[in-house]
Amino acid sequence: MGMKEKNKESHGRIFLHKNAKVAQGGEAVLPMPGHIRGRNHGQTVTKIRPAHRKIKRGNILFDIIIYAILILLMVLMLYPLIFVVSASFSDPKMVASGQMLLWPVKPTAEGYQYLFQYREIWLGYLNTLFYTVAGTLLNLAATLPCAFALSRRDLKGRNFLMILFMIPMYFGGGMIPGYLNVKSMGLLDTRAIILIGGLVSTYNIIVCRTFFQTAIPYELQEAGVIDGCSNFQILRKIVLPLSKPIIVVMALYYGVGRWNSYFTEMIYLKDRSKFPLQLFLREILTRSNFAKEAMTGGRSFSAEEMMALIKQADTANMIKYGVIVIATAPMLMIYPFLQKYFEQGIMIGSVKG
Amino acid sequence: MAGVPVRKNHTEEQKKTATKRSLSLSIRRNWQLYIMCLPGVLFMLLFAYKPMYGILVAFKDYNMRVGVWGSPWAGFENFQRLFSSYWFPVILKNTISLSLLSLVLGFPLPIILALILNEVSHGRFRKTFQTISYAPHFISVVVLCGMVGLFLNPSTGIVNIILTRLGGESINFLQDAAMFKWVYVLSGIWQGLGWGSIIYFATLSGVDKSLLEAAEIDGANRLHKIWYINIPVLVPTIVILLILQCGSLLSVGYEKVYLLQNSTNLSGSEVISTYVYKVGLEQADFGFGTATDLFNALVNTTILLSANFLAKKTTEQGLF
Repeated sequence: MGMKEKNKESHGRIFLHKNAKVAQGGEAVLPMPGHIRGRNHGQTVTKIRPAHRKIKRGNILFDIIIYAILILLMVLMLYPLIFVVSASFSDPKMVASGQMLLWPVKPTAEGYQYLFQYREIWLGYLNTLFYTVAGTLLNLAATLPCAFALSRRDLKGRNFLMILFMIPMYFGGGMIPGYLNVKSMGLLDTRAIILIGGLVSTYNIIVCRTFFQTAIPYELQEAGVIDGCSNFQILRKIVLPLSKPIIVVMALYYGVGRWNSYFTEMIYLKDRSKFPLQLFLREILTRSNFAKEAMTGGRSFSAEEMMALIKQADTANMIKYGVIVIATAPMLMIYPFLQKYFEQGIMIGSVKG
Repeated sequence: MAGVPVRKNHTEEQKKTATKRSLSLSIRRNWQLYIMCLPGVLFMLLFAYKPMYGILVAFKDYNMRVGVWGSPWAGFENFQRLFSSYWFPVILKNTISLSLLSLVLGFPLPIILALILNEVSHGRFRKTFQTISYAPHFISVVVLCGMVGLFLNPSTGIVNIILTRLGGESINFLQDAAMFKWVYVLSGIWQGLGWGSIIYFATLSGVDKSLLEAAEIDGANRLHKIWYINIPVLVPTIVILLILQCGSLLSVGYEKVYLLQNSTNLSGSEVISTYVYKVGLEQADFGFGTATDLFNALVNTTILLSANFLAKKTTEQGLF
C-alpha cells in the first residue's frame, strides 16, 4: 500500500526482503474461498454491475465507521497526556475541583519552581542520563559484534551459541538466585551492576542477526575478504556503515528500556546518590503524603516551603504532574523522529523470531 | 587468510579444506568472530546460567554465611510450606486472572486496530494516528502508575470528577481489590495498543496487492477482503505471538503490579512475582522465595511447551 511504497524508496533493501518473505508466507496460507476464486466470469459481470452503487455507498459508510473509531482512539490516547501537561501548568485548586478539563486554567509555573529546588530529582536525572548513555553504548558494543558473528554461516558452533543465548529467554534462575549471584560477585549497590545488568538481550541479538543476514549482501563481505580485510575490518568498514537503521533501532530499544527501568535499580541499589530518576519518581508519585515524608526525610526544601506544601496537598499534586512532564518529555520528543526505523525493526524481528 | 570463505572460484585445495574444515581450523581462521561473541557469552554465563545453580536454594535451608552449597538440604519443605500457605491460592488466582484478562482483552485489540488502520487510505491521517498511538509505549511504568493514581483519586481525580458530574458515585478504584484487575488491564491496553499493532500492520502492508485487486474484480467487498485475505495473512504472526503470550501466563508485569498495589487492594493484587519479591528479598526468606519462583517458572515452561506443541499440531506453526 501507500506506506509500503514510500518506505521502499527510502529503505529499499530491508523492505524488499521483508515483503518477499511476507508475500511468500502469505500466499502459502491463503485459503481463497471457492465463491471468489471459482466464480465463472459471465456470472460475475452480471452480478457486479447492479450492485455497484450499493458497494460504493457501503464503502462510504465503512469509511465513516473506521475514521470514527480511529479518531475516538486518538482522543483516548492523547487526552491523558495533554491533561498532565496542562495540569502541571494550572492552578492546582482548579485541577482538583475539576475546572481544568483540557487547557491550563489560571496558568502558573509554581509546580516547576518547587521542582527546581528538589535537588534529588536533578541528581536522579544526572544518574539516569549516565546509565542511559553509557549503558546503551555498552549494549551496542556487545550486541552488534555478537549478532554479526552469529550471522555468519561459516562460524563453527553457531547453532550451539544460538541455543546458549535462547534458553534464558524461556527459563531462568529467577529473582532471588539472580540477587544472590550479584551479591556473591560483590556488585550490590554499585553503578557497575546497573550498567552490566542487561548487557545483551537475546531478542535484540536475533533482530540484529536477521538484519545482517538479510539486508547486507554476503558478496560485499566476500569482496572484503578478497581485499584482505579481517573480520573486525569487515564489521567496521563494510557491515556497520550499512546498518544505520538497525543501530538506531537497537539504541532506541536499549535506551528507552534503561531510561524507564526502576525494578532492578530498586533491588540492587541502596545508596540514594546512585538512584536513577525513576526511583525518585516512584517516591513522589506513589506515595500520597510525599510532602510530609520529604520533610521528615530532611530533603532540600526549606521549612517554610514544606509547611506551604503540607497545607496544600493540591500543590503536591501539581508537583506530581510537573515531575511526569520532566521525566517523560525526552522520550516523547525523540521517538517520532525514529518512527520509521523502529517500525522496520519490529518487522525484522518478526521475520524469524 | 581471515574471514569469509570465498564461494566462487574454489581451487581444488580450497575445496578440500572446506569439506574437511575442523573446529580448530575454524577457530584459527575466525578467531575474531569468537572474540566478538565473547562479551555476550560471558554475560549469559555469569548472569543467566550461573544463577540457575542458585535454584538449589529452593531445596535448601539457606544460610547466608555458609552459602548455597554449604546450607543443609531441606528437600521439598519449602514447597510444602508454599502449597499450604494462606497466600498460595490467593496469588495463584490473582496471577491467573490478571494474565488471562490481559490476554483475552489485550491480545485481539492490536490485531483489530491493525486491520482497521489498514483500511485507511489517507496516508497522512494514518501516519499521525500511528505516531500518537505509540506515545504511551514510551512512558515508564512508574509514570504510568503515577498517572493512574492521579486520575483515579477519589476526590481530585478527573475520572471520579467526571463520574460524579454524570450523576454517578465516586469510586475508589485503587482501594478496591475487585477493581484492581480492570485498572491493571485497561491501563495496559492504553499503553500497549498502538505499539502492539505495529507488527500486524507491517505484515498487512506486505500483502500482495494483485491479490486484493483480483478479489475485487471477483466481487469481494472490503469485509470479504479482510476476512479472506488480510486475516489469513496475519495468522502465522498471531500464532507465534500467542504461544509467547501463553508461555508467560504466570508472569504478570510485576513491575507494574508492585507499583499499583497497596495494603487495601492486596487481596486482589498480590501476584506470584510480587510475593516472591516481598518474601524472598524484603523478608530475606531466600529458600521459600526461590521455591515460589521455581514453581512459577516450571508452570510457565510447561504451558509454553504445550502451547507450542498444540500450535504445531493444528497450524504447523511453532517457535521450535
